[in-house]
Amino acid sequence: MSAAADAPARGRALTAEVPRWRVTLGLLARTPTAAAAALVLLTVVLVALFDDQLAPAGPNDVDVQARLQGPSAEHPFGTDDLGRDVLSRVLLGAQVSLRVGLVAVGISLVVGTLVGTLAGFYGRWVDSLLMRLMDVLFAFPALLLAIAVLAVLGPGATNAMIAIGITYTPVFARVSRAAVLGVREQVYVRASRSVGASDARLLLRHVLPNAAPPILVQTSVSLAFAVLAEAALSFAGLGIQPPAPSWGGMLASGRGFLEQAWWMAVFPGLAIFLLVLSFNLLGDGLRDVLDPQQRSAMEAGRRRIRSRGKAEAAADARGAA
Amino acid sequence: MTIENGGGDVLVSARGLKVHFPVRSKGLRRRQVGAVRAVDGVDLDIRRGETLGLVGESGCGKSTLGNALLRLVEPTAGTVTFDGTDVTALDRRGLRSLRRRAVMVFQDPYASLDPRIPVGRTVAEPLEVHGLHPGAQARAARVAELLELVGLDPGVAGRYPHEFSGGQRQRIGIARALAGEPDFVVCDEAIASLDVSVQAQVLNLLRRLQRQLGLTYLFVSHDLAAVRHVSDRIAVMYLGSVVEVGTAAQVAGRPRHPYTRALLSAVPVPSPGAERGRERIVLRGDVPSAAAVPSGCRFRTRCPDVFEPCPVVAPALADRGDGQLAACHLHGVVGERVPADVAEAGRLP
Repeated sequence: MSAAADAPARGRALTAEVPRWRVTLGLLARTPTAAAAALVLLTVVLVALFDDQLAPAGPNDVDVQARLQGPSAEHPFGTDDLGRDVLSRVLLGAQVSLRVGLVAVGISLVVGTLVGTLAGFYGRWVDSLLMRLMDVLFAFPALLLAIAVLAVLGPGATNAMIAIGITYTPVFARVSRAAVLGVREQVYVRASRSVGASDARLLLRHVLPNAAPPILVQTSVSLAFAVLAEAALSFAGLGIQPPAPSWGGMLASGRGFLEQAWWMAVFPGLAIFLLVLSFNLLGDGLRDVLDPQQRSAMEAGRRRIRSRGKAEAAADARGAA
Repeated sequence: MTIENGGGDVLVSARGLKVHFPVRSKGLRRRQVGAVRAVDGVDLDIRRGETLGLVGESGCGKSTLGNALLRLVEPTAGTVTFDGTDVTALDRRGLRSLRRRAVMVFQDPYASLDPRIPVGRTVAEPLEVHGLHPGAQARAARVAELLELVGLDPGVAGRYPHEFSGGQRQRIGIARALAGEPDFVVCDEAIASLDVSVQAQVLNLLRRLQRQLGLTYLFVSHDLAAVRHVSDRIAVMYLGSVVEVGTAAQVAGRPRHPYTRALLSAVPVPSPGAERGRERIVLRGDVPSAAAVPSGCRFRTRCPDVFEPCPVVAPALADRGDGQLAACHLHGVVGERVPADVAEAGRLP
């Protein structure tokens, strides 16, 4: 009886000594979908790092004789219209797609969240000014805006990332502004202000962490859009310049051969699908693990819940005394 | 107009304090078309070491007054003095030191703690903000001390708010308020959201802390019974202005203002016999909007004893014997004449 009550208490003392981020990682690892997603992403990162060694053939080794061949032992993913090995190109394209996705979303996440947070927190003219600026960006069709930015900056992979980043900035500004508006009026923010906390402290300690979940979800969704936007820009000849391989570019060129050679489009498409799905699942997992309420539900075994009831009763008794 | 609340060392005092919220027209120009007079000319003294109960029905401006005393809302006019310094004129640094010495305990213990931060860090926030007890170990020790002070196990510092009951959360909120060793605590409906059994515990905790730490309380509540229980003196508010101030015994035993009388008659008495024999004063109508305040006496539209001077002379909060203040002409007409055009319109512009 007393041993059962002591055991969880010792468990708690242990978790208090383990750093928070390690507990977070541990919980994440125990969420099956998030763990699987993290594994896929890790694989993609490894592929991107060691693509030279992994690829069975050069990405631009043209063999016209062997063009449009279906999957075989020699070419597991088949060959494209110029006889290039699709597997090698998918492996080498991983780096491009990953980089475009992360950098472009990184730009819009940082700029958009900064703008939206300031607008939502300070309101009044700051809000009007910043959000009208965002509305101007938002008013353009996304692809048209990206093309316009590329027309100014010139085509190329780096500029494509910047263009996509700018395009998705207003989305982040809106999402974060709405979230911050909701959190700003919470009593705990007022309470923190009432003990003398500065604006910076309020924003960083209380407002942003509580406004984070929708922003996190938006990030994982946007990663997907960014990879696809890169495909569209590459298709228009403004993004990754051929013959360099990118999943989006391969998907776009494979579209024309869908009836003769499905493998040209399906394998890069599958790669995009896996990457995007993993980003989303990992984002969901992170959101749950970072929410204290969900977190203790996850941490809780039945033992823990029983012991908590006891601890609460004990604390109440202390209060009454 | 001078108000003498009768001796004692005054810690907080308000003079002619007004908090008006502008009402703007719709559309692009957003002209100001009026004002909600949440607090409209309040004079109040709070003595060192006392508990001043502030009662009134919802919407009468009592919470806004509490916030304005701490400058958590900016007063529109008037002054607030805290321990000799003018709060309304404080710069950024002065305001920070005020935030250490004058704090608030909030109504809803479920909303007043950040759900993403362990409660120990919530309690430590005033220490961090004001650079008190520097060093991780010293802070942790102080947090443990504070948790113990409010009757919680110091070992719970690492837990999150959702793991606590309402009463425990309110104790944590009180621990946060007391972390910077304040002199003055505004309890803004601090027990209103708690179960009745827990209310008594928290009230007793607040009283114990007051004795232990020499605190001064402004106890804002709509619960007259609770206020009578904890307060040394009671101030009654109606529609943005204080209508009666006196010791708890004076206000509860021999109310001078008809509004206080009506409030008291609405408090249930736990004895059927006494309840039956009691006179009940039921007020006519509703509280007027704080954006359209009646001229003269604010209470005249609902007062059972209204007579000639009420619409034309704004009653002053004057001594009606033994230091009990009331703003009512029944005890002699004292106050400022309302300008003719305002009296004509029947309400303040």
